[in-house]
Amino acid sequence: MRTRLRVVDDGPGLLAHRRDTRAGLLRRRWALRSLAGVGALLLGLGASVLPALAADTGLKGTVKDPVSGSGIAGVSITVTGADGTPQTVTTAADGTWLVQVPSAGKYEVTIDQTTLPDGLTLADQSKVTAKVNVLSEGRVQTVLFKLAAGTAGEGGTAPSADAPASKWSQIPQLTVDGLIFGIVIALAAVGLSLVFGTTKLTNFAHGELIALGGLSTYFFNGVVGLPLILSAALAVVVSAFVGGWVQNRYLWKPLRKRGTGLIAALVVSIGLGLFLRYFFLFIFGGQTRSFDAYAGQAGIEIGPVLITPKDLISSTIGILLIALTTFWLLKTQAGKATRAVADNPALASASGIDVEKVISTVWVLGAGLASFSGIMLGLQVGVSWQMGFTILLLVFAGSVLGGLGTAFGAILGSIIVGLLVQLSTLIIPTELKYVGALVVLIIILLIRPQGILGKAERIG
Amino acid sequence: MDWLSIFQNSFTQMVGVAAVVYCLAALGVNIQFGYAGLLNFGQAGFAAIGAYAVAVLVVTVGWPLWLAIICGVIGSILFGLILGVPTLRLRADYLAIVTIAAAEIIRQVARSVTLNDYLGGSDGISGKYAADWYALNPFEGIDFFVLRFSKNDLWVVLNGWALVAIIALLTWLLMRSPWGRVLKSIREDEDAVRSLGKNVYLYKMQALVLGGVIGSLAGVIFAMAAQSVQPDNYATTLTFYVYVIVILGGAARVFGPIIGSMIFWFLLVFISELLNNAVRAGYISSDILSTDQIGQVRFMLVGIGLMLLMIFRPQGIFGDKKELALDER
Repeated sequence: MRTRLRVVDDGPGLLAHRRDTRAGLLRRRWALRSLAGVGALLLGLGASVLPALAADTGLKGTVKDPVSGSGIAGVSITVTGADGTPQTVTTAADGTWLVQVPSAGKYEVTIDQTTLPDGLTLADQSKVTAKVNVLSEGRVQTVLFKLAAGTAGEGGTAPSADAPASKWSQIPQLTVDGLIFGIVIALAAVGLSLVFGTTKLTNFAHGELIALGGLSTYFFNGVVGLPLILSAALAVVVSAFVGGWVQNRYLWKPLRKRGTGLIAALVVSIGLGLFLRYFFLFIFGGQTRSFDAYAGQAGIEIGPVLITPKDLISSTIGILLIALTTFWLLKTQAGKATRAVADNPALASASGIDVEKVISTVWVLGAGLASFSGIMLGLQVGVSWQMGFTILLLVFAGSVLGGLGTAFGAILGSIIVGLLVQLSTLIIPTELKYVGALVVLIIILLIRPQGILGKAERIG
Repeated sequence: MDWLSIFQNSFTQMVGVAAVVYCLAALGVNIQFGYAGLLNFGQAGFAAIGAYAVAVLVVTVGWPLWLAIICGVIGSILFGLILGVPTLRLRADYLAIVTIAAAEIIRQVARSVTLNDYLGGSDGISGKYAADWYALNPFEGIDFFVLRFSKNDLWVVLNGWALVAIIALLTWLLMRSPWGRVLKSIREDEDAVRSLGKNVYLYKMQALVLGGVIGSLAGVIFAMAAQSVQPDNYATTLTFYVYVIVILGGAARVFGPIIGSMIFWFLLVFISELLNNAVRAGYISSDILSTDQIGQVRFMLVGIGLMLLMIFRPQGIFGDKKELALDER
């Protein structure tokens, strides 16, 4: 074994990996992995380009509190191999556990629920024992046990998606979930589509406007301590100003004046998005956090459907915002001017429309709507640094489906994408629901590239 | 401040495994984006196909390495065809959206729990990837002034740069052939080429597939070097890094991606090492910047770098601005 020069004294520095002893490297990798996606990503780009080490064969995992996300110590886990010899371990202070096994093969991992803290139980009672296949020697397979609030035997408060018996009876619930998710996507897609319509910019940094809305609400709410509703209103104003007006005035307007091409602008937006995402990570940290109010709200039953009041109210506001935007586009002078610019900027300009003013309005409007989309998303699943980028591709899918550049198409397309994402879980595993929507995006482009409401034209 | 160690790491990584892998991916993107003007943002997906082909076929199934590589290449050809058919007749930004979506599909499928038994979930697959190939290595590790490679790394790097040289030579030959001239003229003015009776669609498809195959080779080398694949290594950030490399070095230049990759990795490692050392030595207060956050600063710098390059010097270091009439499509 080749021991590198220096043993680093403190902190899991990213580049410190390279110089560590191998044992140290393994330990650090371990620590980083537990930082979930962020860790994996940074690790991937930093250290794992080095040859992997001949790690021991085994099984590992982390038992986490579903609310706080912190690890739970002292939970008993038993691993049984094909030969029937059980090995029992308890989780460490950070909730991690590791069992080394002699060879690759099939193992059964059982969690002892009596060792869980009071008030916590497995989210799915049928998954007390996980069957795991260790693929190859030298591989440490992760096993997850999802916990939920509740006591053993009661089934916890996990979403009803875990009950496969009544699969088709979930259709009403999934439809409502899909509509709500569709509204979230539509709010973001209107801005994306209007900006594309008026400036032909394919904005890959639009997801960061969604995150800006969610994160600044968290800032006013969680850090400053204002009530959530006031925070949300402030966040929309701030995002519309900073994300819309300032961004357009100091970045995109000068670029248009310089005559920067469309593809160059697209690449610029990718750079901007990358910068903003990691800036958010830098400021906010890698966790997913909830607003201080309405986090674990109980649902109310309306017929066959369970809906939380916060979702009901926020999606009603969302619908109102979309309706107002539609009204504005159809009936007001400024809205008509916007559609004129989207149709033909040169002609609009010649007819006395101030094109730059229209574009500026569109940016402010789009950023404001996107920020509300981020707030809705934050209410549903919490806010995190990459919340916008996660759904950006679905926003694109919605816009393209409806016809890129048309606001009404974007709304329609987004609702369809939202429904599709939720309803597809009837057929495909929940974790792959976004994949289904993206596959549909590709198929739509094959059949009807201009989208549902787009004009057919020969492009390219 | 440990200057020797800073320079050691920076210069080693300048020609190291990451530089080779990203250089290969960038050579592919250079054909697509640089020469043909195609916005392929799914290079990470192509690389993932190459890497996973080797991982699944060699480690899990037990096929020989060469057969697995051929399967990876075939897989990337099919992937390119699937992406190209719906999008190459459309405007350039549609290709960008579809390719980025397709690469995400691949990553999310690869890391799904559903296929855990085949693709290893978010942990990926590690094991013996290329034992026979490593056994061919006649060299020992190197530790010469600022260059420092272990035995295996040195073998990967030597083979990798040799592959880069071959592909660069091929690119050079291709681009001065009639085929290459048609490709470049498609980038300049598609309609003019079409009016000359060339099948623009076919040429674009060939460029997309060729660049994708080179991208899959990047994934193969990545998997062989790391002896593991992890799905999150093939996230969109890989593609974004590759674009920075292509634009930095100069698009539509044979040596652009090579120089770009070297400079990119030198700067990236140098900056993070410098910050790391500065924080440890107390020059930067750990309240402002902790060592954990250096990776984040690195990404921010890449983002800003990409923006500034595209705005102020889209032709990169060696490019020719006249070669970059990428627009009006």
